[in-house]
Amino acid sequence: MTAELGAFALALALALSLAQAALGLFGGRRPMLAGAGEGAAIGAFLGVAAAFAALVTAFVTSDFSVANVAANSHTAKPMLYKLAGTWGSHEGSMLLWCLILTGYGAAVAGFGKGLPAGLKSRALGVQGLLGVLFLAYTVFASNPLARVATPPIEGRSLNPLLQDPALAFHPPFLYLGYVGFSVVFSFAVAALIEGRVDAAWARWVRPWTLAAWSFLTIGIALGSFWAYYELGWGGWWFWDPVENASFMPWLVGAALLHSAIVTEKRGALSGWTLFLALAAFTFSMLGAFLVRSGVLTSVHAFAVDPTRGVLLLSILGVSSGAAFALFAWRSPALAPGGVFAPASRESLIVINNILLTASTGAVMFGTLYPLIYEAFAGAPITVGPPYFNLVFGVLMGLAMLILPFGPLTAWKRGNLVDSAAQLRIAGVVAVLVGFLIFGLMSPRKALASGGVALGAWVIAGAVVEIIQRTRAFKAPWPEVRRRLTGLPRGSWGMTLAHAGLGVFILGACFETAWKVEAAEALSVGGQLRLGGFELTLKEVGTVDGPNYIAERGQLTVTRAGRSVCAPAPERRFYPAGKQSTSEVALCNLGFSQVYTVLGERRAGVNGEPAWLVRSYYNPWVQLIYLGPLLMALGGLLSLSDRRLRFAVGRKP
Amino acid sequence: MSFWPKSRTARRRLTIVLAVAPVLALAAGLTLWGLRDSISLFYTPAQAKAAKVAPGRAVQLGGLVLPGSVVKHPDGRVEFVISDKTDTAPVSYQGDLPDLFREGQGVVAEGTFEPSGVFKAKQVLAKHDEKYMPREVADALKAQGEWRGSGAAPAYDKP
Repeated sequence: MTAELGAFALALALALSLAQAALGLFGGRRPMLAGAGEGAAIGAFLGVAAAFAALVTAFVTSDFSVANVAANSHTAKPMLYKLAGTWGSHEGSMLLWCLILTGYGAAVAGFGKGLPAGLKSRALGVQGLLGVLFLAYTVFASNPLARVATPPIEGRSLNPLLQDPALAFHPPFLYLGYVGFSVVFSFAVAALIEGRVDAAWARWVRPWTLAAWSFLTIGIALGSFWAYYELGWGGWWFWDPVENASFMPWLVGAALLHSAIVTEKRGALSGWTLFLALAAFTFSMLGAFLVRSGVLTSVHAFAVDPTRGVLLLSILGVSSGAAFALFAWRSPALAPGGVFAPASRESLIVINNILLTASTGAVMFGTLYPLIYEAFAGAPITVGPPYFNLVFGVLMGLAMLILPFGPLTAWKRGNLVDSAAQLRIAGVVAVLVGFLIFGLMSPRKALASGGVALGAWVIAGAVVEIIQRTRAFKAPWPEVRRRLTGLPRGSWGMTLAHAGLGVFILGACFETAWKVEAAEALSVGGQLRLGGFELTLKEVGTVDGPNYIAERGQLTVTRAGRSVCAPAPERRFYPAGKQSTSEVALCNLGFSQVYTVLGERRAGVNGEPAWLVRSYYNPWVQLIYLGPLLMALGGLLSLSDRRLRFAVGRKP
Repeated sequence: MSFWPKSRTARRRLTIVLAVAPVLALAAGLTLWGLRDSISLFYTPAQAKAAKVAPGRAVQLGGLVLPGSVVKHPDGRVEFVISDKTDTAPVSYQGDLPDLFREGQGVVAEGTFEPSGVFKAKQVLAKHDEKYMPREVADALKAQGEWRGSGAAPAYDKP
């Protein structure tokens, strides 16, 4: 009964979304209709929430008469993964997508009290249209609550690789980010309908962009962390199509964050900000299409079905096509914004935007090139990481070089020589760090040392910016303290996010350049040398898990005779799906990690059992996750800024 | 500077073009340069033989693991044979095979041919469930008339 109620609630939500679209779009000048539209938006959210609750109930109670539960759950699965199974499949994750989409709509209706009435109503209308498209797709093409005629006694269980805490929370965060851009998209289309883009509009768009971008940052970092330790390949980013699919909206979102500031503060770049606002959600939908359709061969894609791909591509084509057509038609009529000198913060943000969009283009080209090539040359190919590392690395390297100048250069007309003078100390720190790393690390790697120096430059630049703003070391302490406490949260958020980016670059360059890898088949008592470490396999035992059986290896890691840690990697076998996975053991040594994987049992040299033990020393790898965490925190801190929450900008 | 336009809007447009053009040129140049060495073509053993793939060129080799061909050495090296039913190619791989690597099922190996004709794999991808076969393998087998069964489903598994 629950599943039927859920299916009914979902259909009701579709109808309410339709009403929301119509009421919202026609309610631009009729407050009565607009109010009804807001009600419909909240109603649609409640409908999807009821459907979602029904699906969660089905998963928690292991109701195998629901097809989706039978295919993705199992009675022996731990509760967390029963819950996570709700969004572990294509159908369930589409429902999560719809839940978040309508949730954002309801949030605009509920929290957008200060919004200009016309803008709010039309934005809700557009959000309703998106809701109609995705809800119709979910209801008619991938119903998560469909029943099976003869329910199985036991479910087929969730792919064991997905049974992991990081991956349980990865989709919700990722979708909060992906779908968060839908609000920005709706605001952009509403502004194009009204033909007016001003500082107030940008001020309303900024918090939604910030929220979506911060969530997306956490989502991508969780996914990358999962790939790092659950897949057992020792890497954290593979430039795989599915990874790129989530990275492209992130890059566009980052560009949008910056250009929206210019539009808000200076009234300039309004057309460009609109364009990015449309592009961000377009890339989100492109991502959904790439991940679910299987047009690109990916190591991560799950629940792939080409027929669904066609429908998703249609949704993408209809919504983005219409939005960009509207943009082409209306944007020339937008009032030109404020002027600025070539040396100004606006100009630096423009360069940042050019570099970010160019790298998005490069990532998109590399991701889609196999499709283009196959269409024209008929032969399947893959584009490897060297392409991405080169193109993306150079473009982002340039962006990092100019990044610290931005916050130190004045709006409208700045002086880059002054900014450079203020940044002198950051430059000295960066060069010193670079030479220190180059001299100390072996093997010597100039490029990686340069990368580490770049990371240090970005971090030091963020520190210099705070010092300059508070006049630290110049003014007396009471004044510095007054300035420190007086700094708005938005400004702390920006500094934190920029520093986080620097931390990430430090970790990424260091880990990539100086990771050490070793693998050998060890019998009990066997030893493996990993750089300066010595790994010994002490014993291998069997472990009974809730829904798996495992072999667990007990190892000790010593450095120069002293014990460092005792990793216990596992090799798990899940009888439900007849699948086995490796459970990596991680040892934290400061920011670095020793990463150990237990392979399958095989015959050793003298016939005794042996296990292939693979191990990596990943120096500074934790910075790779600390960086994005700081970036997301920075974004959320800015979001809590009073200026974004309350004071609604009036037309300048 | 006579070529510098007088109108303010035209001047602004020109500045934007001057700022954007070098970055786009750089991006395009890097793209072409980067693609030279990063593209790897997909072959089945028969196709690889017909195309006379040069030793040292990074390619992907796909097909079915020939039953009974897998030899696991104590030093961690694994040898197996990839077959497309018309031809075979020996593969040597140092490392842990993906969890779902099975004899008789589809795999894609990334690596290079050695002058001896042995394919030295840097990475081996296998499928995540019984029905699945990497798309390229399925397409190639279909093209060669060796396809049987329907394959469509989840993901790959790296070692």
